[in-house]
Amino acid sequence: MSAASPARPARFGLGFLKAFCRSPLATLGLILTLGIVLAAICAPLLAAQDPYDLMQIDFMDGRMAPGTQSMTGFTFHLGSDDQGRDLLSAILYGLRISLFVGLGSAALAFVIGTVFGLFAAYVGGRTETLMMRIVDLQLSFPTILCALLILALLGKSLTNVVLAIVIVEWATYARTARSSALTQMRREYVEAARLLQMPHRHIVFRQLLPNCLPPLMVLLTIQVARAITLEATLSFLGLGVPVTEPSLGLLIANGFEFLLSGVYWISLFPGITLVVTIFAINLVGDRLRQMLDPRGAQR
Amino acid sequence: MTPAMLDVRNLTTELVGPDNSIRLIDDVNLRLDAGEIMGLVGESGSGKSLTGLSIMGLLDPPVRVADSQILFKGEDLRRMDDERLRRIRGDRIAMIFQDPMSTLNPVLRIDTQMIETIKAHEKISTAAARVRARDALGKVGIPSPDERLKAYPHQFSGGMRQRVAIAIALLMSPDLIIADEPTTALDVTIQAQILSVVQKLARENGTALIWITHDLSVVAGLADRLSVMYAGRIVESGRTDDVLRQPMHPYTRGLIASLPSRNRRGMLLNQIPGTTPPIADLPAGCAFRPRCPSATGMCLAHPQLETVAGRDVRCFHPSLEGIGA
Amino acid sequence: MNARLDVDHVSKLFTRKPGMIERAAEAMHVKKPSPVVHALDDVSLSVPEGSVLGIVGESGCGKSTLGRVMAGLLDPSMGTVRLRGKPVDALSTAERARERLRVQMIFQDPSSSLNPRQRLADIIGAAPLHHGMTDRRHLADYVTEQMTRAGLDPAMRDRFPHQLSGGQRQRVGIARALAVQPEVLICDESVAALDVSIQAQIINLFLGLRESLDLTYVFISHDLSVVEHISDRVAVMYLGRVVEEASVEDLFANAAHPYTQALLAERPSIAPGRRSYHTIKGEIPSPVAPPPGCHFHPRCPVAFDRCQVERPVLRSIGASHTSACHLNG
Repeated sequence: MSAASPARPARFGLGFLKAFCRSPLATLGLILTLGIVLAAICAPLLAAQDPYDLMQIDFMDGRMAPGTQSMTGFTFHLGSDDQGRDLLSAILYGLRISLFVGLGSAALAFVIGTVFGLFAAYVGGRTETLMMRIVDLQLSFPTILCALLILALLGKSLTNVVLAIVIVEWATYARTARSSALTQMRREYVEAARLLQMPHRHIVFRQLLPNCLPPLMVLLTIQVARAITLEATLSFLGLGVPVTEPSLGLLIANGFEFLLSGVYWISLFPGITLVVTIFAINLVGDRLRQMLDPRGAQR
Repeated sequence: MTPAMLDVRNLTTELVGPDNSIRLIDDVNLRLDAGEIMGLVGESGSGKSLTGLSIMGLLDPPVRVADSQILFKGEDLRRMDDERLRRIRGDRIAMIFQDPMSTLNPVLRIDTQMIETIKAHEKISTAAARVRARDALGKVGIPSPDERLKAYPHQFSGGMRQRVAIAIALLMSPDLIIADEPTTALDVTIQAQILSVVQKLARENGTALIWITHDLSVVAGLADRLSVMYAGRIVESGRTDDVLRQPMHPYTRGLIASLPSRNRRGMLLNQIPGTTPPIADLPAGCAFRPRCPSATGMCLAHPQLETVAGRDVRCFHPSLEGIGA
Repeated sequence: MNARLDVDHVSKLFTRKPGMIERAAEAMHVKKPSPVVHALDDVSLSVPEGSVLGIVGESGCGKSTLGRVMAGLLDPSMGTVRLRGKPVDALSTAERARERLRVQMIFQDPSSSLNPRQRLADIIGAAPLHHGMTDRRHLADYVTEQMTRAGLDPAMRDRFPHQLSGGQRQRVGIARALAVQPEVLICDESVAALDVSIQAQIINLFLGLRESLDLTYVFISHDLSVVEHISDRVAVMYLGRVVEEASVEDLFANAAHPYTQALLAERPSIAPGRRSYHTIKGEIPSPVAPPPGCHFHPRCPVAFDRCQVERPVLRSIGASHTSACHLNG
C-alpha cells in the first residue's frame, strides 16, 4: 500500500494562473487590481494635470461639476475639488499614495512578522513563549487606536504612516507563520535536514519558509486591503498622510464638508475608487485562499 | 437456483474528463454467495478500493459507474431508486473503511451513533436499540460494553475504534459487508484479533464478506476465494488455496514470489521489475506486459478473463505449475 | 567485531512541560502531575560493524524513539549513545556534527520525508555540497551518481516529489542519505508504506547497498517477515523495553519470551489452509501508565505472581541470546 500522495504544492506558474481564472469573479478581481495598479503607476501619463503643481490649477475652477470645462479648456471628467484640481488626476495620484502605503506597509509587516514567527517556532521553549506573548499583546490592541496613538506621538508623514501600519499589522503574520512552521517542523523532511547537519538558516529559510508561504500569501493579499483601508481611515481622520501627498482617504476627507451642499463628487469618486480597489484585492485574496486550501475543491 | 448474494457483472467505473473518459476499473465480475468470504487483492492503483465504492454507489462525480449490473440478491442496485438504495445500504449492505474515523463521528458518543443508526433503519424503541448496540459491542470483543457505550471515539485506541466500526457495520445484521483495508493500519496482534472476530461472525451469521487488501497473507487465512486485481482489471480469481498454491497469472506468481517469507533469508528477493503503470496511460494490450517474464507478441492484444482448470485467469500464458514451498 | 553504534542504559521520557501556574497547582496538590511517557526504559543494544540489527515491536514499544535517539535527533533522558565506542556527549561540537553525519536515517512516510518544494537534485545535493563532499563544478555528476545508485533515472533530477511514485520517493530518501557517505543507516519502517512489489525492490536495494558500501543497518519494523529476511540479529521491544534479543535464526526458531512467541504465532502467513487465530488477549497498554513489574504480564498466558511485582532483567539464556522473562534463565 502506498502512502497517500501529498497534495500538489502550489506552483505559482502559468498553470496556477489558469486555474485561478476559472472563477469569473476572481478573474474580474485580478483584472481590476492589475488595472488599478497600472493606472497608479502611469499616473503622470494618464492624468491631464499634475494636481500638486500649483501652476496648473486655478482657484476659479473650483467645485466644477463632472463634465464641465475648465478655464484653460480641458474637461474635468470627474469634476474638480474646491481648489480647482481635476479630480480624476487627483484620484490617480492619490491611488499612488494609497497603494504605496498599503503595499509597502503590508510587505514590510509581512517580512518582519514572518521572520519573527518562523524564528519563534524554530527556537521553541521559553523564547517562543515570550515572543508569542508579545504577539498576543500586539494583537489585543485595537488597530486604529494604536495607529492613532503612534501617529500622534511621531507626527504625520508618509513614513510614519507606513511605520504605524507595520507596527499594527506585523503580529498577524507572526502568528500565522508560527503555526504554519510548527506544522511543517513535525514533517520528516525537517528531521532529515537536521540529521544531515544542515545549518539553522538553511532549515528555516530553505526548508520551512517555502512550505509556510501559501497561507502567508493569502494573508498578504487580505492584509494589503486592510492596510489600504487603515491608511484611508487615518487620513480621513486627519492623522494620516500629510496634505501635500494626499491619498484617497484624504481626498474623501477634503470633500466631506461639501457633501450636503450637493457637491458630491469630491468625496464620492475617491470613495468609489477606494471601495473598488479594496474589493478587487479581496476577490483575489479570496480566490487564492480557496485554491491553496488543501481541502478546497479546485473549481 | 437461488440468486447469489452479490453478482457484479461487467463493472466499469470511469473518470469523466472534459474531453474524454478514463476507465479506472474495467470489466470486473464478482460473485459471492451467502456466508462466503472473498479477498480482493491488489496494490495501489489496482482499483480495488474503487470497486468496493462502486458496488456501494459511493462515488462522487466526475467518477461514475458506466453501464454495469450490480445484482444484490437478484435486484440491480443501479436501477433502484435512491430511497430504496439508501435503505439497503446500511441495512443489508455495510461498509468498513481503513480509517474508522470515516465511520465514527468524533463529537458524538458511541451509543448515540449506534442507536441513531439502528433507528434510521428500523422502528424500535431507544431502549431496545441500546440493548442491540451493547450486544454488538460485546460480539466484537469490547470489554465492559455498557461503560464503553458512553464513551467518545477518541477515548478508544485504534484497534478498538475499528472494532466499534465493525460493530456498527453489524448492527443491522447485513447480508453483505465490504471491508476496505480495515486492518492495514493496525498492529499485528490487534489485526489477528479482528480477523478472528470477523471470521467467526461471518460463519455464524452467514454474512458474505468482501475483504479488500494489499496484503496477501491477511486474506490467506480468512478468505474462501481470492480475486487479484491489476491496473483496474481482475487478472485472476479462484479458491484461495488453489490460487496460493498454484497461481496462474504471472502477476500473482510475482507477488507471491516476492514475499520475504518465500525467499531464502538474506538473499535478494524475487522482485517484479518496473512499476504499476498509471491508469491514464496503460500499455497496449495486456497491462502487465512490460513487466511480465512470459510476455510474447500475442500480449499486445487484450486478454479476456477465461476459465482455465476451474480458475478465472486473464492471460494468454497462464502458468500451470505450482509455485513451490 | 567492533560495535559501530551502542546504546547504553538509555531511557527517554516525554513529558509536557507544565507552565508556572500548572506547576504551582501541582505543588499544592490541586492538580495531578502531568503524565510522563516512558518511551524508552533502560535500553541497551549494540550494533556490530557491518551487521544488520532488526528491531521489532508494535505501537508504543518505542522502536521509532530508539531510532531517533540513535540518530541523534532526540537526546536520551538517561544513558549514553556511543559511536564507535566513544560517547557522543564527550565529543566536541565539531566532532559531534561529523560523527552524527555518519549515521543517517530513512524515514517511513515517503510523502512527508521530502521537501515538497525542492527539486530532487537539490534534495540530494544540498547536504554534500554544504559539507564539502563535492563542489559546485562536480555537483551535477555527484547527484547523478547518487540517483543511479538508488535506482533512479538521473533525468528526473529536476522533478518535484509529488511527481514521483511512493517507491521512487523512498529511493530519493535513500539517495539523500547516501549522498553524505554514512556508515550507519537507520531504516525506520522504511518499507511499511510501500506496495508489496515495491517493498521487494527497496529491500533488494538495501541488501545490495550493504554489500557494495559495507553499511551497518538498524532496521526498525513491525513486519516480522521483512525483519527476518534482512537482519543478522533481532531485538524485540515491548512498551519501551527490550524483551528479547538474539541472532535471527535463534529468535525465529527458539523464541524464549512469551511476547515474542505470541508475535510469531499471530503472524499472518500465506501458507495455504484455513487457520484459526491464536490471539493474545487484551490491548497494548498505554505508555503513560505501563503495568508494574513486567509490562507484559496482563496479557501473558504464563504470568505468575512475581511478574506483577518485579521487572525481569534481560539475561542470557543461550549463545548471545537474551530474554527478559522470569521463566527464562
